[in-house]
Amino acid sequence: MSGQRLEIDRVSKRYGEVVALREMTFDVRAGELFGFVGSNGAGKTTTMRIALGVLAADAGEVRWDGRPLTLETRRRIGYMPEERGLYPKMKVAEQLVYLARLRGLPPAQALRSVDTWLERLGVAERRDDEVQKLSLGNQQRVQLAAALVHDPSILVLDEPFSGLDPVAVDVMSQVLREKRDEDIPVVFSSHQLDLVERLCDRVGIVSSGQMVACGPVDELRTGGTERLVVDAPKAPDDWAAGLPGVTVHHREGARTVLELAEGADDQAVLRAALATGPVREFSRRRPTLTELFRDVVSEDLGAAAEPEAATGKEAAAVSELASEPISTRARVPRPTSVSEEDA
Amino acid sequence: MNARAAVGLVARREIRTRMRSKGYLIITGIMVVSIIGIIIAIKVIAASSAQQVGVVDGSLAGPLRSAASAVGVDVTVRTVPSRAVGEQQVKSGKLDGFVAGPPFSVVVKKNLPDDMRASLNVLARQQVLNDQIARAGGNPAAVNAAVASASVHVSTLEPASRFRGERIAVGVIAGILVYLALMIYGQTVAQGVVEEKASRIVEILLTAIRPWQLMFGKVIGIGVAGLTQMFAVAAVGVAASLSSGTMKMPASLLTGAAVWALVWFLLGFLVYALLFAAMGSLVSRQEDAGSVVGPVLMLIIVPYVLGISILPSDPDNGLLRILSLIPFFSPTLMPMRVALGVPAWELAVALVLTVLLVVALVGFAGRIYSNAVLRMGTRIRLSDAWRAA
Repeated sequence: MSGQRLEIDRVSKRYGEVVALREMTFDVRAGELFGFVGSNGAGKTTTMRIALGVLAADAGEVRWDGRPLTLETRRRIGYMPEERGLYPKMKVAEQLVYLARLRGLPPAQALRSVDTWLERLGVAERRDDEVQKLSLGNQQRVQLAAALVHDPSILVLDEPFSGLDPVAVDVMSQVLREKRDEDIPVVFSSHQLDLVERLCDRVGIVSSGQMVACGPVDELRTGGTERLVVDAPKAPDDWAAGLPGVTVHHREGARTVLELAEGADDQAVLRAALATGPVREFSRRRPTLTELFRDVVSEDLGAAAEPEAATGKEAAAVSELASEPISTRARVPRPTSVSEEDA
Repeated sequence: MNARAAVGLVARREIRTRMRSKGYLIITGIMVVSIIGIIIAIKVIAASSAQQVGVVDGSLAGPLRSAASAVGVDVTVRTVPSRAVGEQQVKSGKLDGFVAGPPFSVVVKKNLPDDMRASLNVLARQQVLNDQIARAGGNPAAVNAAVASASVHVSTLEPASRFRGERIAVGVIAGILVYLALMIYGQTVAQGVVEEKASRIVEILLTAIRPWQLMFGKVIGIGVAGLTQMFAVAAVGVAASLSSGTMKMPASLLTGAAVWALVWFLLGFLVYALLFAAMGSLVSRQEDAGSVVGPVLMLIIVPYVLGISILPSDPDNGLLRILSLIPFFSPTLMPMRVALGVPAWELAVALVLTVLLVVALVGFAGRIYSNAVLRMGTRIRLSDAWRAA
């Protein structure tokens, strides 16, 4: 461990009346995969753009190895912007060599690195095609190659998984793990929470421009309320009502997901379930990242109500998060929209 | 990486991209072919302007030519076997006129041009005069020699420039070429800036290099591509007109006009490219580009239109003399004025002012571009971009 860290320290940003970031604070350590989650407009992209210096913060600081980032340090970051950025009419390899050379690689080394990454990411045969002739998925691979060709010491990737097919998702995951194992801090944002849960060492959940939960996935999950999943097909809807310390969280088909208060008796729940007929499943479940995300974000919104209408685009993106029945969607927070990001 | 290496990398990419594009090759081809075409056309028109006159009696050729040159008409005299053949050739257009005599008569297809009529009248009167002199016992040849040596002495207070027609032709061609190149390459800069913003690659580029390095690299790269094209066209034009003998003006005058055209293209390109880069950085979509580059285009179009419509007929026009000293307008007007003849001090003033403007624009455009290029979304107001990031 080199002990080098990328620190985002109380970074704030407003666009006129809209607060995009409110004292955003977290750090990413060397050799760590950090997942950055939050609803659209929560401030993930703004944070990353500030870290890369393409956006100026109103307050706060971004540090690497204890010192504020300069252009010299930023050149060692591998960056994948949310809105993909490549010259549409330039050939793939030529473009990547150019980007590598802008970051100081000598010509021969740049060429070698480009060939290696194109091979690795499975787009080697497209090296002499114009970028605009590639499929979106392949453009995405080239975009990742653009973030990697200069052998960066930090990786900052905004939505690297969006638009990728399952094979490409595997390749991308593998590359991120490898980079982590090379002792490089890797931070990426994603709406694919299952992926984040599987891949990341630590996760930060952002809502309305603030970090609302941050830590290792396991730790965050342990911190949540424990749940019971009971599959009792013959049970009436209100079978669990009135059990002491038990609240029905939601239903998943025939299953009921219950939340147990501190000291509540799970055996009493089992007896009540058996009283209604057969019980096919009875298990404890720790909340998934998705559930955690929803809880954390909605609590936060409850505390600081943001009067902001969700646009159609945002609603669609949020439903992507919610692989749960529609009845629970009402609890999905309505995100603060930040016009610069949505533009 | 130092600044020069960064600017160099950006410029090289621009040069490669621009000069390899089909559009560049096509435009270069069209310009080269057009200039050769224009030169050939001028030569053909000049050659056909001599009047073709037919005679049966070959001894008439000498007096006819000298009479014509006395009134300033270019005449080619050809001997035809008979009057019938001569009239036939006039009918078919091979001859402009058939002259018989004395006493002189002339056959033309439709009407006799005034200058030809004048020269034939001179000839006829001369003939009559010669007869009278001989009858009076004098020697017509001696009298003619004495008459020919007498002419009015002219002193000019403002000598008209020599080769006026050719100077106008060169001025118009230089004006058009510089104008076209400024329009094409100025707008290429604006488009390039907007393209990088629209595709968001500017975010990646600017994590590696500074905004001003990207802007200057782009301006220099596109400038080199444009200058190369202009140089090729100017060189072909000068070589073709000198080798074909179309232009009778001295080679130094012609080459001078071409070199000045290149100098003014370069200066004009810097002025407008910097403005275009600054304006382009204010918008994030190609659709919005038109609204911001419009005012800059006007700076090129307005003086050009005034110049091309007034200067050929009135090279010393007072308004255009003043306009051509204003650095925003000098690059389009001076190439024409240089060819038509311009006082050295005016040229020097325009040069100095334009260079100063370029220096000022480097600061202005650098600031606007750096502040605006990373701001996505709707069009940014120029004053906002000037104030702060």
